[in-house]
Amino acid sequence: MPCPISVEAGLDHEITHSQAVNEAIAEEMRRDSTVILLGEDVAEAGTPFKVLSGLVEEFGTERVIDTPIAEPGFMGIAVGAAMTGMRPIVDIMFGDFLFLIMDQLCNQAAKTHYMSGGKLNVPLVVRTNLGATRRSAAQHSQSLHALVAHIPGLKIALPATPYEAKGLLKTAIRDDNPVVIFEDKLSYQMKGNVPEEEYLIEFGQANLLREGSDVTLIGTSSMVQTCQAAADLLAEEGISAEVLDPRTIVPLDETAILESVRKTSRAVVIDEGHQNYGVTAEIAARISEKAFYHLDAPVIRLGAMDVPVPFSPALEDLTVPTPKLVARKSLSICRGELVHDA
Amino acid sequence: MTKSVRKNTEQFLHLYKQMVRIRTFEENANQLYLNAKMPGLTHMYIGQEAVAVGVCEALENTDRITSTHRGHGHCLAKGAKFKQMFCELLGKAEGYCRGKGGSMHIADQDNGNLGANAIVGGSMGIATGAALSAKLLDTKTVTVCFFGDGATAQGLWYEVMNMAALWQLPVIYACENNGYSEYTPTSEIAAGSLKARAEAFGIESHKVDGQDVLAVHTLTQGLVNRLRNGEGPFFIELETYRYHGHHVGDINRSYYRTKDEETAWQKDRDPITNFGRWLEEQDIANSEELSEIASNIHAEADEAVRYAIDAPYPNHGEVDTHVFAGVKHALPYISGGRIGS
Repeated sequence: MPCPISVEAGLDHEITHSQAVNEAIAEEMRRDSTVILLGEDVAEAGTPFKVLSGLVEEFGTERVIDTPIAEPGFMGIAVGAAMTGMRPIVDIMFGDFLFLIMDQLCNQAAKTHYMSGGKLNVPLVVRTNLGATRRSAAQHSQSLHALVAHIPGLKIALPATPYEAKGLLKTAIRDDNPVVIFEDKLSYQMKGNVPEEEYLIEFGQANLLREGSDVTLIGTSSMVQTCQAAADLLAEEGISAEVLDPRTIVPLDETAILESVRKTSRAVVIDEGHQNYGVTAEIAARISEKAFYHLDAPVIRLGAMDVPVPFSPALEDLTVPTPKLVARKSLSICRGELVHDA
Repeated sequence: MTKSVRKNTEQFLHLYKQMVRIRTFEENANQLYLNAKMPGLTHMYIGQEAVAVGVCEALENTDRITSTHRGHGHCLAKGAKFKQMFCELLGKAEGYCRGKGGSMHIADQDNGNLGANAIVGGSMGIATGAALSAKLLDTKTVTVCFFGDGATAQGLWYEVMNMAALWQLPVIYACENNGYSEYTPTSEIAAGSLKARAEAFGIESHKVDGQDVLAVHTLTQGLVNRLRNGEGPFFIELETYRYHGHHVGDINRSYYRTKDEETAWQKDRDPITNFGRWLEEQDIANSEELSEIASNIHAEADEAVRYAIDAPYPNHGEVDTHVFAGVKHALPYISGGRIGS
């Protein structure tokens, strides 16, 4: 079952997504002296997004380690440190730089536990980000979570709110496996409530944000807000949309997704990664395989357009699913319109 | 010299035994391949024994190594057992990695072996990270990163050497220069001097005859002692030679090296023959005693091979275990979250 809608009720302090990340790391570093932070400009600079400001002052340069600009190198060092008693958090400044660490993340970190027959653990977190429309062009705007979700041995978390950013990151830090957590870089200043007391968010538990009966909108990370806005638009048309946020895509709360779709009989899957071979394809395929006889319409995928992210605002805005697009597609399937030529 | 030789008799014999163990293991592994008893391929360490033994004998059990695709020698020199290694080579459940790693991925945590690696240069970061842990946790342990001359072409090495030097990490980068980067002479892939590359980072560097186990051991022991006192990192280039091909299937090698060259190394620079002769010259052991050492090891290997051949394969249910720590079976976990977690 997904988490109840009331999960964020009664939360009593409002912080930004950025502060949520900072609080999660600070709390875990206080709790466990083996947690260390490595990356480019993570110490005094606190990253270009200022997400980590203040940590080096509290924990010192031994635990908040500024590295050279050498992603494969410090990622590899984190893997070795994780295998020998530390819990490194690796800061990959932009998700696009994941391509630089692929061998260390996917050939080393992801496979070490398996290849060693369970003898070696790699408890590390790669913190990075996703999201376009920041006018940063093709090498600073990608959403590459599907790429790593494809690799067995990695867990992938996609927080959508400050509450999730903090709870999922704390869980990631305590996990004995490599976890890649993607923050939506456009959301760093977004505010939300988190509890004063400590909390964790278990992986593989979707969050039901809005109940509905006509269509299920399954959105990840940056697209959760898009889904909620789309649901508002749909309500104006008399369509009742359910909104579900999987929170982690490995593991994926398939049960919650299937339950919702069996109830509504229609599904639109929205994710900011490229649509081709992406997260939307995976979730849509699972729905088609496992809830086919409950469906009244084809499952719709809405990912980022399959082009490199363009710089020009006029073009870039075309590449990311919008609430209007989500609402329009949802409306079509709810009305029984032909959405694809047969 | 004589006094210290006497005092160290036991250790010298141990060095000899360890080298013979490696060669014996490899000869058996090669035979398993030739007899089609071993799945896949393997990379023979024969010829390079003095490197692994000379280096690892300078380490404590708690010290770490990272190894390569040509890793059986490092594994044995760090204390691994024949039976579990042969079982791993044959994909059996009692192997070091329950048959999931095979020849190129043997890890032996209990002896500080963080694993062989099938990506050339892939473990350079891991070794450096282990050294970072040792420094942060103040364990006084050291890490040796073994890699071949071919791996010096990987950019990762320069990134991690830079950080190891900046952070003064207790790690030795041990480059086994066996003259060939797979099927290509090192002279065709390496510009300038390897030693100078490490020196460019301010790392103290040494070059040693990798066929001389005593020279390797003496040099490494000195560096290990200094690492424990807070110095480091260091680089060693060990000149050595791979008697076999890149892997067991690399039989026709005339297009990249001559028979004469191979014969000359085996005849004049064999680490076991030469060290055995030295032991005899020093009256540490006579030829009968050396033969007995070898025949005991051969018998042990024969028994281990028989054991591994008869040992059971893993149950099919193990195919999705050990994907995630703390998750019994990965398949229900990844598609259901809470199921099976």
